[in-house]
Amino acid sequence: MSDTYLENEDFVTFYIAGQLFGVPVLSVQDIINPQRITPIPLAPPEIAGSLNLRGRIVTAIDVRKRLGLPAREEKESMSIVVENGHDLYSLMVDSVGEVLGVDESSFERNPPTLDQRFRDYSQGIYRLDGKLLVILDVNRFLDYGRNADAA
Amino acid sequence: MDDLLSEFLTETNEGLTTLDMELVKLEQNPNDAELLSSIFRLMHTIKGTCGFLGLPRLESVAHAGENIMNKFRDKELSVTATGVSLILECLDQIREILTTLEATEQEPEGDDSDLISRLNAHAEGGDVGEAAPAPAEAAPAAAAPVEAAADDDDEEDELERAFREALGPEELAAQAADEASDAPEAAQVSEVVELNAEAPPPAAPAPAPAPKPAAKKPTPPPAAPAGDSGSSVANQSIRVSVEVLENLMTMVSELVLTRNQTLQILRAHKESDFATPLQRLNHVVSDLQEGVMKTRMQPIGNAWAKLPRIIRDLSHELDKKIDLVMKGAETELDRQVLELIKDPLTHMVRNSADHGLEMPNDRVAAGKPETGQVILNAFHEGGHIIIQISDDGKGLNTNRIKEKCVENGLASEAEMDGMNDQQIQQFIFKPGFSTAAEVTAVSGRGVGMDVVRTNIEKIGGTVELSSTEGKGTIFTIKIPLTLAIVSALIVECCKERFAIPQLSVVELVRTSAHSEHTIEHINETPVLRLRNRLLPLVTLRDLLKLTDDDEPEGEEKEIREDNFIVVSQVGTYTFGIIVDRVFDTEEIVVKPVAPILRDIQLFSGNTILGDGAVVMILDPNGIAAATGEIAVADADLGAHEDRHLTGNDEKVAMLVFRSGDDAPKAVPLALIARLEEIDLAKVETSGGQHVVQYRGQLMPLIPMQPGMELEKEGRQPVLVFSDRERSMGLVVDEIIDIVEDRMNVELSAEKEGYIGSAIIAEKATDVVDAGYFLTQAYPDWFGSEAGKENFESDRSRILLVDDSPFFRNLLMPMLSVAGYEVKAVESASEALNLCENGEKFDVIISDIEMPGMNGFEFAEAVREDHRWSKTPMVALSAFASPADLMRGRAAGFKDYVSKTDREALLMTLQDTIAELKGAA
Repeated sequence: MSDTYLENEDFVTFYIAGQLFGVPVLSVQDIINPQRITPIPLAPPEIAGSLNLRGRIVTAIDVRKRLGLPAREEKESMSIVVENGHDLYSLMVDSVGEVLGVDESSFERNPPTLDQRFRDYSQGIYRLDGKLLVILDVNRFLDYGRNADAA
Repeated sequence: MDDLLSEFLTETNEGLTTLDMELVKLEQNPNDAELLSSIFRLMHTIKGTCGFLGLPRLESVAHAGENIMNKFRDKELSVTATGVSLILECLDQIREILTTLEATEQEPEGDDSDLISRLNAHAEGGDVGEAAPAPAEAAPAAAAPVEAAADDDDEEDELERAFREALGPEELAAQAADEASDAPEAAQVSEVVELNAEAPPPAAPAPAPAPKPAAKKPTPPPAAPAGDSGSSVANQSIRVSVEVLENLMTMVSELVLTRNQTLQILRAHKESDFATPLQRLNHVVSDLQEGVMKTRMQPIGNAWAKLPRIIRDLSHELDKKIDLVMKGAETELDRQVLELIKDPLTHMVRNSADHGLEMPNDRVAAGKPETGQVILNAFHEGGHIIIQISDDGKGLNTNRIKEKCVENGLASEAEMDGMNDQQIQQFIFKPGFSTAAEVTAVSGRGVGMDVVRTNIEKIGGTVELSSTEGKGTIFTIKIPLTLAIVSALIVECCKERFAIPQLSVVELVRTSAHSEHTIEHINETPVLRLRNRLLPLVTLRDLLKLTDDDEPEGEEKEIREDNFIVVSQVGTYTFGIIVDRVFDTEEIVVKPVAPILRDIQLFSGNTILGDGAVVMILDPNGIAAATGEIAVADADLGAHEDRHLTGNDEKVAMLVFRSGDDAPKAVPLALIARLEEIDLAKVETSGGQHVVQYRGQLMPLIPMQPGMELEKEGRQPVLVFSDRERSMGLVVDEIIDIVEDRMNVELSAEKEGYIGSAIIAEKATDVVDAGYFLTQAYPDWFGSEAGKENFESDRSRILLVDDSPFFRNLLMPMLSVAGYEVKAVESASEALNLCENGEKFDVIISDIEMPGMNGFEFAEAVREDHRWSKTPMVALSAFASPADLMRGRAAGFKDYVSKTDREALLMTLQDTIAELKGAA
């Protein structure tokens, strides 16, 4: 399934803890600068809060926490806004990179030795020059119901 | 689906609903000619449209129904219940066919000949050529809505119809009237007039162009005035899909938000060139919002349209006579809300008719009119719609509810005993409760009042209930006008803002160490005294697990000195939410939270405030539920305190003693005249009873334990109860203490001689029923049946009003012992009922703190009523401060006595009655 899905796609790339990630460019709604975020009490820890994007309420998710990585040092961060269902989510990342077109032939499936969380949220990996690009599966990344069931 | 067909479906469904209503009206006023023609017209339209669209099955059914209507109208048949039932049945059949039609766009196969033959049989005899020609000719006829004018019966209808449609056919109609014989087409049509007289609006555009050239003559339509206002209004309205309106509403909501933001920015820049235009924008947006809201508004009558029919069917089914009165049907509310309350309302009206109203015989026996009433009343009240559903039936049977609850395991008997009627009545809203002893076809089908309540609460509404046994029940539903925009109170806690829907906020209280209101603690559970009630409090900070970065760690748990308490109400549960600050109220647009957050029950949504910030909307229902869990979790630790919160706060002096086993026993001190130690050597036996000479009389001694043997010598403690000449001694083992404590009888007794158990001085204690032992000594202690008659005349009658069963139990025997005839009731309204029933009392003793009507209000009510206005009233209260005293006097109480002061009460009564006798 992943193979067909990834055909000739451009990806918005971003860094999390030094690792390059990518999300399909068509699923990205916006790239936003640090914003005032309202924390949501009682929400899972990786949910940073909600913010107002031109009159729509966006739920901010700290990607580092969701991946089980240590918190980032600087408080402010850029976010990539994606739409899932009818709701908007902003993925708080360390920094946003360029938009990359990738060569289909460089696609690899997840190595089975990958950390469980990475494997859950990664669609596969592209071999780029000097670095690897992990494709984030946005649907699975935001599918809290499934995650809760598994846990 | 074909546009024409969908329009037909909408229109016909509307027509059917109106028909339902009007037929029921007709049954009540069979001679209303106007109503008859209106019904006939409606029926006719339906039939005509069916013919036009080529739906033979529908048409034949409608036709048969129309036949009867025609007979009614021509007075060949009289309007009877059977006739109306038949027509209603016919409408149901039409509806059923329509449903299939809607789903499949095909007229379903089926046979209606049975129904039709019954209809025809009813119409019998007078079928002069009307029944037959229906289907075949209808279609061509309808295509040219020219015809009708020729038929005088239908002339008015036709003209009115034509008037509604367009100029073209209308002129034509007028012309056709003149030239009927000249136009061959019109002549042909006139044979089938009735069938198509009312071609549906969709048909109008088609024929219009054709007749136009023929009807060049600008004949002023003679029928113009005949078109009533109803049809011209219909002409001025258009159908807009709900979706369009919803979109519009969403957009306006956004606009409102943006306006709020802009205004907020403006506030920061006082001298701005934008000020004036923004002000104007502000007004325009407000008007726009109002305007768009109006498009969503519908009269509540729309939700009621089906009810007359339901009630009519019910009354036939149940053999009850039911009168449905609908008031305020024009009250408007948001159609979204309307849709949501439709079913609960229908259910409640059914319930009132089915369970609430008695059978006619029972009603007559109870001195009520044979016909029961169900009254629906809707009105606006401060941004809310209030809908009341009342019946004059038998009211709720509290005892039955109690039994049911215990049976279904909703509460224990002891719990129920501690509740007043109102609390008990609330149980009908609990899941798993149904009072109907038998499940009838009408209600009790598993959809209970709990569903009704849930549905109403879902839209931010509340439902309350008040019922008087024998008089009826009133349900009061309070719902917001609209769901899209709500007014919310913005509060702050730990530097975060939250919105609380204004609907559930009762009041705001500011507390501080020096003010009148301070937060007190019971085992670290905060509570607030508010107007002599203990209000349970929840801390928003703890609830949301918020921490304030600025405050040092150690103080985190401490509640600050200055607090704001948002007193909220969910159903009947009132509680306070402690917050740091309270801001303004703001109009907010409720937006659902992301699916990830839906599990957090404390939030009902989120919204964007005027300054652009996102805030969470707190859900008071969720908070109530969450604090309920807290209460459960703390139950072991704080069980004692919890009871105090819910139970009686009044303290009572109790004499604690021991007798027989080791369990302490208690009796209210107020009942005891003296404590004595008697010399056992002096005990004699008389008539199988132990007696002792006491103050020159023989006093019977009753052992606390039935088989207790008295020692031959030594001293034995005895509790002496006295009533004028007579005294009685209760022999106990040991007097332990006099304890002043709150008293809440928990377990009702299984043993004779005990009221129940209570926790007194932290020990489970049996509370003794003094009255039981008094009657053991003197079976006629409270006046035997025989002796009562001649006794009664000089006994003063006292009415005791107190909601606490314990105090009633305490005071009843005490006052009886003191020689009064006592009638005890548990609420002011019950007392006023006695007044209604013409009962007379010499003195009224009333508690002050009572649910529902309190003592002061009760006193005022009594004073206003001429029957009881002269009856002196004495107030009873646990606390008697000078201010209370003043207020009591002002309300009409003669005196104010502390509940537990036996002597003072008796003195006051004596004085009052002496005064009364003196005056007489």
